Amino acid sequence: MFGLELSFIWAGIIAFAVLVYVILDGFDLGVGILFPVTTDEEERDVMMNSVAPVWDGNETWLVMGGGGLFAVFPLAYAVVMPALYMPITLMLLALVFRGVAFEYRWRTERWKRVWDMAFAGGSLVAAFTQGIALGALVQGIEVADRAYAGGWWDWLTPFSILTGIALTVGYALLGATWLVMKLEGRIQRHMQRLALPLAVGTVCFMGAVSFATPFLNEEYFHRWFDWPNVLFVSVVPTLVAICIGGLFYRLRRMNDHLPFLSAMGMFILGFIGIGISFYPNIVPPSLTIVEAAAPDSSLKFALVGTVILIPLILAYTAYAYWVFRGKIDPAEGYH
Amino acid sequence: MLDGFSAEHLARFQFAFTVSFHIIFPAFSIGLASYLAVLNGLWLRTRDEVYLSLFNYWKKIFAVAFGMGVVSGIVMSYQFGTNWSVFSDKTGPILGPLMAYEVLSAFFLEAGFLGIMLFGRERVGDKLHFFATAMVAFGTLMSATWILSVNSWMQTPAGYSMNEVGQFVPENWWEIVFNPSFPYRLTHMVLAAYLTTALVVGGAGAWHFLRGTAGPASKKMFSMAMWMLAVVTPLQIVAGDFHGINTYEYQPQKVMAMEGHFDSYPEGAPLILFGIVNEEEKRVDYAVEIPKLSSLILKHDLNAPMDGLDTIPDELEPPITIVFWSFRVMVGLGFAMLGLGLWSLWARYRRTFYESIWLHRAAFVMGPTGFVAVLAGWVTTEVGRQPFTVYGLLRTSDSLAPIAAPAVAASLIAFIVVYFFIFGAGTFYLLRMMGVPPKDADKIKLREGPLRSTGIHPAPPPRTTPAE
Ligand code: HDD
Ligand code: HEM
Ligand code: HEM
Repeated sequence: MFGLELSFIWAGIIAFAVLVYVILDGFDLGVGILFPVTTDEEERDVMMNSVAPVWDGNETWLVMGGGGLFAVFPLAYAVVMPALYMPITLMLLALVFRGVAFEYRWRTERWKRVWDMAFAGGSLVAAFTQGIALGALVQGIEVADRAYAGGWWDWLTPFSILTGIALTVGYALLGATWLVMKLEGRIQRHMQRLALPLAVGTVCFMGAVSFATPFLNEEYFHRWFDWPNVLFVSVVPTLVAICIGGLFYRLRRMNDHLPFLSAMGMFILGFIGIGISFYPNIVPPSLTIVEAAAPDSSLKFALVGTVILIPLILAYTAYAYWVFRGKIDPAEGYH
Repeated sequence: MLDGFSAEHLARFQFAFTVSFHIIFPAFSIGLASYLAVLNGLWLRTRDEVYLSLFNYWKKIFAVAFGMGVVSGIVMSYQFGTNWSVFSDKTGPILGPLMAYEVLSAFFLEAGFLGIMLFGRERVGDKLHFFATAMVAFGTLMSATWILSVNSWMQTPAGYSMNEVGQFVPENWWEIVFNPSFPYRLTHMVLAAYLTTALVVGGAGAWHFLRGTAGPASKKMFSMAMWMLAVVTPLQIVAGDFHGINTYEYQPQKVMAMEGHFDSYPEGAPLILFGIVNEEEKRVDYAVEIPKLSSLILKHDLNAPMDGLDTIPDELEPPITIVFWSFRVMVGLGFAMLGLGLWSLWARYRRTFYESIWLHRAAFVMGPTGFVAVLAGWVTTEVGRQPFTVYGLLRTSDSLAPIAAPAVAASLIAFIVVYFFIFGAGTFYLLRMMGVPPKDADKIKLREGPLRSTGIHPAPPPRTTPAE
């Protein structure tokens, strides 16, 4: 009984890590995706500097998600990673490009453009492949005999491409609203103008994905549309609608940080929606949380440290954000 | 291009390639983070500007190297799953929690305080800034601790049992974390990182001397590096000796391969200094050897009998030539470092330390040898463990993911192209930064970089942050 609960606690923790990753790296990948919208050196400098002190911490949640899966759901890790071999490899390579760009672009004048492209392209590809990976997971992974049983192109379907685009647009929205919060003047207004169409795009794509998901798999359909489920789960779309309303209203009002918070809200709710579809599986359509879990002693050992360290991590992460709070001042810094 | 290779070979090569690139950066940044913490501390204590300028100088270099370490490390953490999924399923219950602890206690710590260390001196003040630097250094050491525990468990597994689906199940966490080879491997690796850094710092200082551009800061760093080298190299050699004795106890065939002992020696085994390994005839040709010394080193007894590879079934032997040579490269470089350290002490005693061109030349040439020794050491360790991933229990060929060879070939080529391009450029920037002496670092045309992104302006009122 206790074991059952432990594996669910862990599923919650992993889900939390992935969600934090999606939101935090979401906005800094979004900043990268938006990089090409300006060619002005100074604007690019401030855009990058708005995320430079925090991007590494943000990306660490990705390592936590993957490493956590390895630790507590090794079977799920062993099944999902080979199934997503291509998108994951592409994502890793893309993250290499964008990660080094943070430092490299300041170390050279001649190749600065190259690293700017690496930053923008890497962010774009990373976002898109993460979306594809999500779509491929939602549409289901074939498992036989404790191993992935499909081919190496199975992940590529119209649905996964749709989720790829959806996530990319969504990250761009997070990035734009983040920049609205962190920047001032011309570039801030530029981002405000961009945020509106991005918000419309995000809403449309999120709608399309939500609409397609129940038809992928009967269980999803029943989860969402059977009576009385529909009563409970409809809370999610309702809240999403409220967030969307808030987002548009705040963007219109030129508010600084509420658009970002509303965009975050949309992401959190979308994530909860996916969780509702998945439960009790960890890898749809057939691998359950309980089946994939590591033995109890592993779960317990890892949990002790996690319970102590995650709050600490959240505390010093919050502190780091607080140190770099407020608007970025373009007039300062670089000599 | 890679048609003739099996998925297994390609995956092994890909893993070896990516992890070899990865280790280069931590080997440098573990040492450099500690060095920065020391410099920052000395600046706080003495308020001597030299330390501050050295700190700022190496900080920028650290930022670039650290970035490369992070991105190559993220690749590693996913590669266990993508390419070694059976291994992951089986060892996950044991190795997974250790790696999770690495993320929680090391990676977050480094990443969380890195921003403050790089950008935040003006924002948080000297003391907190020092604290942030110390946390980054501490984080790199924690990271080394956990990952080496993981690796050591794969070399000398302990504290486990097997369950009905073939997974390793933890029985005793203490035995798992502190498995028999872990203390030795940790000590040896951390010392290696410190040595690598000392050699790079010393090499950069020596370069400034040779160019005639050395100012007080270059002198200081050259001197600090040479002290470090002189003190740490002997310790490293002792640590290496203990490490070898430990390995001999738990992985005898690895040591047999390192030593080139094809035959058993009932009355004391010789130490083969050099020779050409002849795997077909199972002997070492043209061997230059010192009688009985191997028995003395490994068993502390001239006449102690030692078994050779003739006692091991062929299919359980590691590739002998590679292990034999990589081991000699590491040990040879270790003694070269010892020589440089002693030379620096002699030069200090003779008061030619800052003048001796030959000392500076030697220090410059030795600059990159730490990396070579680290790689050679790891090749010895890892190739010597073959044909197993978990020594004696799980074969490499049984660890593989069900990925088609063309997919692995494609990813391997992509990794090779991208890594040479990206890390080649990074190495170029690092060398260029180190080529300029600290006193001129501010004068170079390039803008300083994202350092001090936010300045000394009074902080605006706090806003809600998205940290949680
Ligand atoms: C600057 C780097 C450096 C230097 C100078 C040396 N080593 Fe080393 N050695 C390493 C860096 C290293 C390493 C990279 O840290 C390894 C790889 C894995 C490990 O635990 O340490 C290693 C492995 C390693 C092993 C393999 C242990 C195993 O696989 O179980 C042995 C026996 C030694 N070393 C012994 C020595 C000796 C006798 C040295 C005397 C000169 C020496 N090392 C110098
Ligand atoms: C960072 C320094 C390291 C280097 C340079 C290195 C190098 C290598 C090399 C050369 C091989 C290939 C051996 C062969 O196939 O003959 C290998 C294999 C392997 N190493 Fe390491 N290793 C390092 C650290 C680690 C660590 C810390 C781990 C575990 C946490 C690890 C896990 C593995 C595994 C699972 C394999 C098996 C795959 C294979 O045989 O190719 N390595 N490594
Ligand atoms: C196969 C084995 C390895 C894996 C899976 C791995 C994984 C990782 C990951 C995911 C990161 C990025 C952390 C971040 O996001 O901040 C990283 C960085 C790092 N790793 Fe590794 N690593 C391996 C081998 C090693 C070894 C052998 C050492 C040292 C003994 C080491 C020391 C470090 C350090 C100090 C960092 C911080 C970045 C840097 O200093 O460059 N790692 N590693």
